[in-house]
Amino acid sequence: MREFFVKKSILPGFSLSLGFTIFYLSLFVLIPLSMIFLKTSTLTFQQFIQVITAERTLAAYRLSFGTAFVSAGINAVFGLIVAWVLVRYTFPGKRIVDAMVDFPLALPTAVAGIALTELYVPTGWLGQYLQMAGIKGAFSPVGITIALTFIGLPFVVRTVQPVLEDLDPQIEEAAASLGANRWQTVTMVILPVIFPALLTGVTLAFARAIGEYGSVIFIAGNMPMKTEIAPLLIMTKLEQYDYPGATAIAVGMLLISFVLLAAANFFQWLTSKNLGKV
Amino acid sequence: MSQLNARTEPRFVRYFLITIALAFFALFLVLPLVCVFHNALSKGWVVYFDALKHPDAIAAMRMTLMTALVVVPMNLVFGVAAAWAISKFDFRGKGLLLSLIDLPLSVSPVIAGLIFILLFGAQGFLGPWLIAHNIRIVFAWPAIVLATLFVTVPMVARELIPIMKSQGTEEEEAALTLGASAWKTFWLVSVPNLRWGILYGVILCNARAMGEFGAVSVVSGHIRGLTNTMPLHVEILYNEYQSAAAFAVASLLAMLAIVTLIAKSIVEAHIRQGQK
Amino acid sequence: MSIEVKNIYKKFGNFQALENLSLKVETGELLALLGPSGSGKTTLLRLVAGLDFLDQGQVLFGDKDAQDKKASERGVGFVFQHYALFRHMTVFDNIAFGMNVQPRKVRPSRHEIHSKVMELLKLVQLEWLADRYPWQLSGGQRQRIALARALAVRPRVLLLDEPFGSLDAQVRKELRMWLRRFHDESHITTLFVTHDQEEALEVADRIVVMNQGRIEQVGTPEDVYHSPVNAFVLNFLGNVNFFHCRLEEGKAIIGGTALDVPGLDVDKPHPAKLYVRPNQFKITRYAPKGSALKALVEYVNPAGTIVKINMKTETGERIYAEISQDEYKNLKIVKLEQVYVSLKDVTYSEHLHNIP
Repeated sequence: MREFFVKKSILPGFSLSLGFTIFYLSLFVLIPLSMIFLKTSTLTFQQFIQVITAERTLAAYRLSFGTAFVSAGINAVFGLIVAWVLVRYTFPGKRIVDAMVDFPLALPTAVAGIALTELYVPTGWLGQYLQMAGIKGAFSPVGITIALTFIGLPFVVRTVQPVLEDLDPQIEEAAASLGANRWQTVTMVILPVIFPALLTGVTLAFARAIGEYGSVIFIAGNMPMKTEIAPLLIMTKLEQYDYPGATAIAVGMLLISFVLLAAANFFQWLTSKNLGKV
Repeated sequence: MSQLNARTEPRFVRYFLITIALAFFALFLVLPLVCVFHNALSKGWVVYFDALKHPDAIAAMRMTLMTALVVVPMNLVFGVAAAWAISKFDFRGKGLLLSLIDLPLSVSPVIAGLIFILLFGAQGFLGPWLIAHNIRIVFAWPAIVLATLFVTVPMVARELIPIMKSQGTEEEEAALTLGASAWKTFWLVSVPNLRWGILYGVILCNARAMGEFGAVSVVSGHIRGLTNTMPLHVEILYNEYQSAAAFAVASLLAMLAIVTLIAKSIVEAHIRQGQK
Repeated sequence: MSIEVKNIYKKFGNFQALENLSLKVETGELLALLGPSGSGKTTLLRLVAGLDFLDQGQVLFGDKDAQDKKASERGVGFVFQHYALFRHMTVFDNIAFGMNVQPRKVRPSRHEIHSKVMELLKLVQLEWLADRYPWQLSGGQRQRIALARALAVRPRVLLLDEPFGSLDAQVRKELRMWLRRFHDESHITTLFVTHDQEEALEVADRIVVMNQGRIEQVGTPEDVYHSPVNAFVLNFLGNVNFFHCRLEEGKAIIGGTALDVPGLDVDKPHPAKLYVRPNQFKITRYAPKGSALKALVEYVNPAGTIVKINMKTETGERIYAEISQDEYKNLKIVKLEQVYVSLKDVTYSEHLHNIP
């Protein structure tokens, strides 16, 4: 029976380490997380639907998923360029740029939030130029997208970078020797190989952006129906002691994200299954 | 003759791409950082240091430190145990376990806070019992620790698993054939081999633990001088239009981020060398 | 001490790695496990060391069953294919490790450990490397340190997994001879895995040829090379030519030509496969007394201690032959010349009774 579950090994500590891992995960992650499903079950199905299809909730979902999607798209393009430049070219200060890519992960989100707000308010360093162009930076969906782009960048760069580094130089040389020009080599030989990694990175950035709170709430403006993201709506419900409402919105958010993540995983499997590794 | 070979682009394409990358980098990464320090010092050094010396700020710093001091060691032990089970053994359900470990990363921080309110809050699952026994978890330090813990659970494990996997099991097997006991093999061979990986995980876990905002914001209750962490203190000051003070405290957190990045680069170099 | 495995079976998932395998290694013997990758040789070695668990069967050390003994209690010295040196320890600490982890009661004193380590470093001729770390050593040096580390615990048995597998050709040759000399002096029972036939033939007292989890043949290098028991062993140990032919009255009929085959007894005519080593051909410019195959020289390579010749017979059979430089000087053949090929000897013939 045990043989069926684990390949026998002479290394010690399997039961201890696995037992502790499962215990710890259950205690601090799984049991607390199961609370939201337990809480939701106190609502009738109709009540649940009522909460998550309320106009204000739908607007928040639309805003959260929409801005997350746009920011993931921006990061797909610029993250790929940053990763490419970091792997392929040399330029002064490259090592600092490389290290700074992780800055959004290392910087507390609240700090990022107030700094970005300060930059993009109409009187801010960048906000004034947007103002001239007739664009509202802070306190608009544009501001939210900017904050989410900031947060998502490292996910794309750090998943694409290692794949680009490991790329066998000979496949490019082979393509060139077969008469492909550089543009053909990049689009027909390199991009298909790194595409699954790019997709993974974009998915991670997207997932993070959906739930992001700290860096967004300062720049968002938080106007119901207009610039109120889903996590903030949960927060608002909590402050009004509407726990069932908050939980229902949270469950709706989790369900939509899981469906999207599963779709992305499937699509990634589809594009990578012929590359010999998943 | 230009030095065009099969693996590079024409010069103008290179310069164009580097320019785009650097412009994006400056706009999204450098400017916010400069902005923090510019605003922190906008009213001079006196205001800056006053903001940092304020009793509420000191209390927030203490709260943040105390939280990290509990959370990081716990997640370290978890990370080592999880990495050991996952990278040294073949068992069924490993993929599922890996996804469960990563689960907190795909849960919004606000939801991470919410679940502890639902569990321990006054209307929560264990709320009545806790009130009856006069135990305070929500809107107090224990909930801050739990919420931070939830968010940072994967941080050490995620870094250790690939490192341990790449090291394989041969060195442990060698130690065993040389007569070492299981315990000695673990402490004398496995742990020293992992020391840079452990440091790496601890650095990242610590940065996230000290900087966590959303989850903590839900459970802390924002009681000044009592249950505020540094990021929450920044929020309060900023919302009260004490911009310079807010950015002063924020500048400390930004410095923490910079130190984290520097330490991370150094440790990464060591890990890469160790894998040769 | 002798080692014996009896009727052992081992499966990895659906892959039968070892199937009903029995083998005895005599005390003081240097035995090579030779076979292609996937033949089960490393698995067998790991089972003996206690690094894996067998599904069925017995492992005996001397006459004691080793089944219940853990790897740490078996008293084997195991040298891993990639050495498995502890990368965070100096060479000195690596070698001392086995002594340092002994229980306090039996652990040698610091001083004793020091002198033992230095003695071993001297044995492998690397005294000056004591304070280096593994990553600072060359492949050959790591190999010898791994061996010294295994020897430090005074093992009763030495097990080596592809010990020279990842070394350059030159270093490999040196270490091979070093291992042979070391074994001649120490007489420690040694079992080593290799996929390199030359290595096995040169170093081992006896060779175990393995294939698909089973033993094909056990014997001295001479035995397995000159008297292979089947086509697999023959093919695995060196180059060989093979011909479909018909055997009749002491002759082999290949493509219409009846060749004399020395030492071949045939009771009644039947088809067969004939295996001939490259050095078992006689090549002449003119038709010899007996019968011979007419062949065209396609390629001659005189570089090296022997001369290699590729030929093609009239009926299209290809022959690869090796002759000495002296013979070559007498023959003076060049490309596209016509020659006659006869047989001096045959290594092995497979009699195909069933095929008409």
